[in-house]
Amino acid sequence: METFELARLNLTSPMVLGFALGIVAALVKSDLKLPEALHAGLSVYLLLAIGIKGGVELGKAPLAEISAPLLVTLGIGLASPIWCYAALRGLGRFSAVDAAAIAAHYGSVSVVTFTACGTFLDAVGVAYEGFMSALVAFLEVPAIVVAIFLARRSTPSTTRWNETLREVVFGKSNLLLLGGVAIGALAGPAAEQVKPFFVDPFRGALTLFLIDMGVIAARRLGDLRTSGVRLVAFALGAPLVNGAIGAWAGELAGLSVGGTTVFATMVASASYIAAPVAVRIALPEANPALYLTSSLAVTFPFNLIVGIPIYHAIARWLHA
Amino acid sequence: MRSPAGSTPDPVQTVVLKRVTIVAEAVLEQRLIALIRDCGAKGWTLLDCRGEGSRGVRASEWEGANVKLETLVASAVADTILARLVRDYFEHFAVVAYVQDVRVVRGDKYI
Repeated sequence: METFELARLNLTSPMVLGFALGIVAALVKSDLKLPEALHAGLSVYLLLAIGIKGGVELGKAPLAEISAPLLVTLGIGLASPIWCYAALRGLGRFSAVDAAAIAAHYGSVSVVTFTACGTFLDAVGVAYEGFMSALVAFLEVPAIVVAIFLARRSTPSTTRWNETLREVVFGKSNLLLLGGVAIGALAGPAAEQVKPFFVDPFRGALTLFLIDMGVIAARRLGDLRTSGVRLVAFALGAPLVNGAIGAWAGELAGLSVGGTTVFATMVASASYIAAPVAVRIALPEANPALYLTSSLAVTFPFNLIVGIPIYHAIARWLHA
Repeated sequence: MRSPAGSTPDPVQTVVLKRVTIVAEAVLEQRLIALIRDCGAKGWTLLDCRGEGSRGVRASEWEGANVKLETLVASAVADTILARLVRDYFEHFAVVAYVQDVRVVRGDKYI
């Protein structure tokens, strides 16, 4: 299929259109917004569903097949915050703490973007390794820790490492994801029992969640006026550079075209659920407007709307 | 002896205490509860709430907007809580705190 045809299919998926509806709702100042409890409930549902799905596949995959992707994931998780930090310091002229806070977000993963990539590949009929969601957790944790370490190298002060590590490793998003992987891997074929709840309605729930994400992202658009050109340039450039590196690394690790696309998307995406909370606690002096606006209002919509088809095109080109 | 119906009941004994109210970003919830307990508060009430202030931005959409934490304490405890808030949270977090005098029934429960 042509890249433009793939892009069109992505743009007209119910998930992306739902996201667009949320943006429109915020722009016309509609009162549309999911109740907070529903938003939190859907997050729990999505994370657990992704974890279980990945865990079942992880249980089936032979160790030899996952060891290379796992090593590459850990390597990228450790390295990507460093090159993001260097770019933010050198080209962006951000303070050490702000640069590290933003790097923590771009080193870690947006689970919703990851999921949107999976549904995109399902829609265009490209298979991908089912254990990818198990890798999300391995990309997430090291990236946040490395970025916080970078900040504290130059401004030694008040990071409470115990609290921070607990927040990153045992925070609800990571715990749900890893817990889901464990449930899926241990249950194996018995996970069929929960399929009618966790698999079949998944895309509907994701669409509902993305409507709310559209509202939240669009409400942050106003902050762009004060955040500066350099931040927007980084928020658009980083996913492309990281996505290309991710695609190259994924191909190197022996992933399929679909798996390479998913891995590129993981590396290209910026966290906005786990990282903000961890960074807020560990680097309280960093400006939340910078890291939230860039990851949520720029990079997330960019990846969802045009990034995923681009990473797929890169993956196909690398495998050609 | 019980008052007959219709007549004025006996006046209830009250004690003057401090009500400390802290409104803060929701990400601090557990830390603030630990802080007031550590300072000697015997109990607390917490509400989820929304609002707007000079900082505007919250760290996470998932963690909710703000929480309002209230506790009834002796005057010295209220002062300790405020001092700890100033030292640990006012510089970098969205926090509002204030203290009011309140008349409390069964006041000895709170000291």
